[in-house]
Amino acid sequence: MTSWTQVPLSWKTGGLLLGLVFFAAVALVKPIGVSTQFVVLDGILWNAADPTVVTPSEEAKSGYASTNPYLDKSGGKYAAEIANPLNYSFVLVIAMMAGALISAILRGGAPNSERAMPPVWRANFGDAPWKRYVAAFGAGFLVLYGARLAGGCTSGHMMSGMMQTALSGYIFSAGAFLIAIPAALYLFRKEG
Amino acid sequence: MQILLAILIGAAFGFVLDRVGATNPNYIIKMLNLTDLHLMKTILAGIGVASILMFAGLSIGLVDPGHLSVKAAYGGVFLGGILLGLGFAISGYCPGTGLTAMATGRIDALVFVIGGLVGAAAYMLTYSAFAGTALLEEIAGGKSTLGPVSGTEYPALLNVMPGEWLGLLVGLAFVLIAWVLPERVDTRKRQAVPAE
Repeated sequence: MTSWTQVPLSWKTGGLLLGLVFFAAVALVKPIGVSTQFVVLDGILWNAADPTVVTPSEEAKSGYASTNPYLDKSGGKYAAEIANPLNYSFVLVIAMMAGALISAILRGGAPNSERAMPPVWRANFGDAPWKRYVAAFGAGFLVLYGARLAGGCTSGHMMSGMMQTALSGYIFSAGAFLIAIPAALYLFRKEG
Repeated sequence: MQILLAILIGAAFGFVLDRVGATNPNYIIKMLNLTDLHLMKTILAGIGVASILMFAGLSIGLVDPGHLSVKAAYGGVFLGGILLGLGFAISGYCPGTGLTAMATGRIDALVFVIGGLVGAAAYMLTYSAFAGTALLEEIAGGKSTLGPVSGTEYPALLNVMPGEWLGLLVGLAFVLIAWVLPERVDTRKRQAVPAE
């Protein structure tokens, strides 16, 4: 096995590749962000169920308006992305999943024993998948609620933000690690 | 053209996330409980490399300053970071790694993503309660960067040198921190289990 197929890559190789991707994004288009697309997908589903949610509007800067104040903010920016899902940011996130899938297929994917939970979870909370799923659902809720309140996530604020020396990126990262490290130390005492 | 770039950059990002181990919540959790800082070193090096390339590119005119996109700073950024940090520690997933981990066949990541869609919807529905409050009010100039970056209107926090130079220095500092950070810091937990 050559070293570049080994997972995880060495921090030097991995860091270089990660850096090149974030640089390519800002050099060619704009900085990478992910969490907004959860809102866009929600909006697409909501608008499919109730087509009055997002409507074309001549007054709006983006050309679209929404009955929901959040989707309507910044001149209907999110409303426009919901109306036209084939936009750069949404396609980027779909392509991310495809890229991860290709990588996983090439290296054999996540082992079956880890599909429900990682070993460190099992070591601390036992084998019951339902416990892990309840925690993962609640964590997903917290992570996306927090990311939308913050206006970005690990990709947009932490990586892209600190890459650009953005004050908001430092504030976000300080908040995230200030709680994530003590929480992980408390929750995961056994190494697994 | 933009769509083609979205496919190429997105696929490369997803591929690399999987290869650095970020789609594996075990590595994320062990980074956060300080038993294995490998991924932390990778992320810090990634930010540093991206920063150095971007500010060097800006300095020589290779990168269009119009491509930068600095987000606003406000109290909610910190509070949101705290909420995200808590969920990040519990699950070992963040939005990008949750989606990519789901794509590699992890069921808990699929559940995380569903929780995330509900969380994003909840924010969408409760946004009116935050709008106009001090929590969303911009602080320290809003979309501020450390130094002034030519070709942009972003307010600078420090006016000691061009923002590009400061950016290069901060980028180098990130790489340096990645370099000197030990793989393990917690000496109480020495029984490492080799990765799969």
